[in-house]
Amino acid sequence: MAQGVWTIVEQREGEIRKISYEIISEGRRLADALGQELTAVLLGAGIKEKAAGLGHYGADKVMVADDPRLDPYTTDAYVAVISQLVKAGEPALLLVGASVQGKDLAARLSANLDVGMAQDCTAFAIEDGNLVAIRPIYAGKAYAKVTFENSRPQMATARPNVMAINEPDTSKSAEVIDASFTLEDSALKTKVAEVIKDESGKVDLTEADKIVSGGRGMKGPENYKILEELADLIGASVGASRSAVDAGWRPHSDQVGQTGKVVSPNLYIACGISGAIQHLAGMSTSKVIVAINKDPDAPIFQKADYGVVADLFDVVPALTEEVKKYLEG
Amino acid sequence: MNIVVCIKQVPDTETQIKIASDNKSIVTDDIKWVMNPYDEFGVEEALRLKEKFGGEVTVVGLGPKRVTESLRTALAMGADKAVLITDDALEGSDSLAVAKALAAAIKDLEYDLIFTGQRGVDDDMGVAGASLAELLGIPHVALAVKVEVAEDGKSVKVHRPVEGQTLVIESGLPVLITAQKGLNEPRYASLPGIMKAKKKPLDEKSLSDLGLDSAQFGQEGRKVKVLELTPPPERAAGKIVEGETPQEKAAELARLLHEEAKVI
Ligand SMILES: Cc1cc2nc3c(=O)[nH]c(=O)nc-3n(C[C@H](O)[C@H](O)[C@H](O)COP(=O)(O)OP(=O)(O)OC[C@H]3O[C@@H](n4cnc5c(N)ncnc54)[C@H](O)[C@@H]3O)c2cc1C
Ligand SMILES: Nc1ncnc2c1ncn2[C@@H]1O[C@H](COP(=O)(O)O)[C@@H](O)[C@H]1O
Repeated sequence: MAQGVWTIVEQREGEIRKISYEIISEGRRLADALGQELTAVLLGAGIKEKAAGLGHYGADKVMVADDPRLDPYTTDAYVAVISQLVKAGEPALLLVGASVQGKDLAARLSANLDVGMAQDCTAFAIEDGNLVAIRPIYAGKAYAKVTFENSRPQMATARPNVMAINEPDTSKSAEVIDASFTLEDSALKTKVAEVIKDESGKVDLTEADKIVSGGRGMKGPENYKILEELADLIGASVGASRSAVDAGWRPHSDQVGQTGKVVSPNLYIACGISGAIQHLAGMSTSKVIVAINKDPDAPIFQKADYGVVADLFDVVPALTEEVKKYLEG
Repeated sequence: MNIVVCIKQVPDTETQIKIASDNKSIVTDDIKWVMNPYDEFGVEEALRLKEKFGGEVTVVGLGPKRVTESLRTALAMGADKAVLITDDALEGSDSLAVAKALAAAIKDLEYDLIFTGQRGVDDDMGVAGASLAELLGIPHVALAVKVEVAEDGKSVKVHRPVEGQTLVIESGLPVLITAQKGLNEPRYASLPGIMKAKKKPLDEKSLSDLGLDSAQFGQEGRKVKVLELTPPPERAAGKIVEGETPQEKAAELARLLHEEAKVI
């Protein structure tokens, strides 16, 4: 009988990523609801020293797969290893973070294991001993409540920034286990030839705690500096509407919306964005939404917690100055 | 270079989604169906590679007869032939089942590259591409913004942004690549293209044609079961920030964000 909750830990260059703490914390809650153990599965090269600390967030056990070929991540290697571990360990639940890497891994692993998988979920619960997951569909225009019939492990990915992270308890540490697996070189069909770092050092929109976004109302690429000033001050990343991206003012990777990134920061400030259905679809799960737009009838105001009807070129610089006052105490 | 592109038909992104009375599906009556926007990037990339290396582009769709329209659009853009997997028993299949049927149809085609969209903008799963590659036993690279096929046509480098960096992934062929925005600007079908498309071959296959057992498909075959669909949670009514001047409004907004919302 499948038993226990497993979470796949994501690390980059040996650093555990925030999404991992989110799913370990959520995994802990689900394991408690089931009265079962939580195992975190950590893959990488020379990564073992990071394992015990995952116990602070609720992992009972950490299974470590250590191999030079497991860093950096490749889908081939991760699927090959995790598939073996899952078949041997038979967990009831397998949770993965819905980061770029996690979504990629989960999609392929689910086919490898021949199980159902729910991508990019925003809430989980245990009902009658089974996992129930909520996931936005049509980019949030509807929510689906799903379950996993006759398919074990029950497999899902969790949207970044949604699951609350447990207060770390340093008195708890996890039991560290060496995973046993084999990895054939012939299984490795792709390789990371190069890593091009984003020099801006900005947090990716999907993981950002705060986002300041600009649309066609920005009038040109040069004006984004007023958004960047505000963003730098409050620790936000800068996003854009499709109009701004298609005009060539901002890179594609900045697009928020149904055909861009789906984001859920704590604070989303939309500047000169009308609030087209495709844009709203990508940011409506943000916790606090602010709209700055000179058109009082702009649809964005229907989603905004705080609406400012005014010219953004007046409001944004003034807001930056006002916020400074609070931050400087 | 022979290339397969998978095309999903999805509701136009303008569509207001209405939940049907069974609380498990959506009302489809007034929906305008279009090619999944991410699949357009796949078609475009395939056509560009064909222009460079020669070969054929085959588009594959799965769904009801209306999907023919999206396949014809791809043929009008320049694809050479189309396959439509259509069978009443497929209605309601989940992503994994869809991938199984796609794999059954594609395995006997000749291909060096397969493109899918990075995700369907309907169920937002982003699972069919990677699953299809797994079932075909070929590697995949997800979320491509740049695809460079080596001059000898034997390997490919794919640029794939992940949070804060771009990975350049190298793979031999065949490989499956999932397309996203930034890869290219899809062309429009020209009028002559549309005329020509009418005469291009479009093959229909049922599950039994593919040697598949219909019990594995449709609602019954689902491994992920939908219990219920609900409208998105209502957001509490927001407030319009008061003030005589933009300056005053900015000050009031800063105060609200600090004291009330506590996000600054
Ligand atoms: C298939 C498809 C997919 C799409 N996907 C996306 C997507 O993923 N993301 C996305 O964003 N869009 C998407 N769109 C496009 C979407 O429909 C809208 O066209 C787009 O979001 C509009 O961008 P905008 O709000 O910046 O521009 P507009 O709609 O032109 O709005 C500009 C706003 O700025 C305001 N403004 C102008 N000047 C000022 C000023 N000085 N001060 C204050 N306010 C000012 C105006 O009042 C207006 O409300 C998609 C469309 C299609 C067809
Ligand atoms: N029914 C389908 N017919 C053809 N291709 C599909 C179908 N479903 C999914 N795909 C392909 O897989 C991609 C991802 O879809 P999904 O996993 O459903 O989000 C799509 O962009 C298509 O390229």
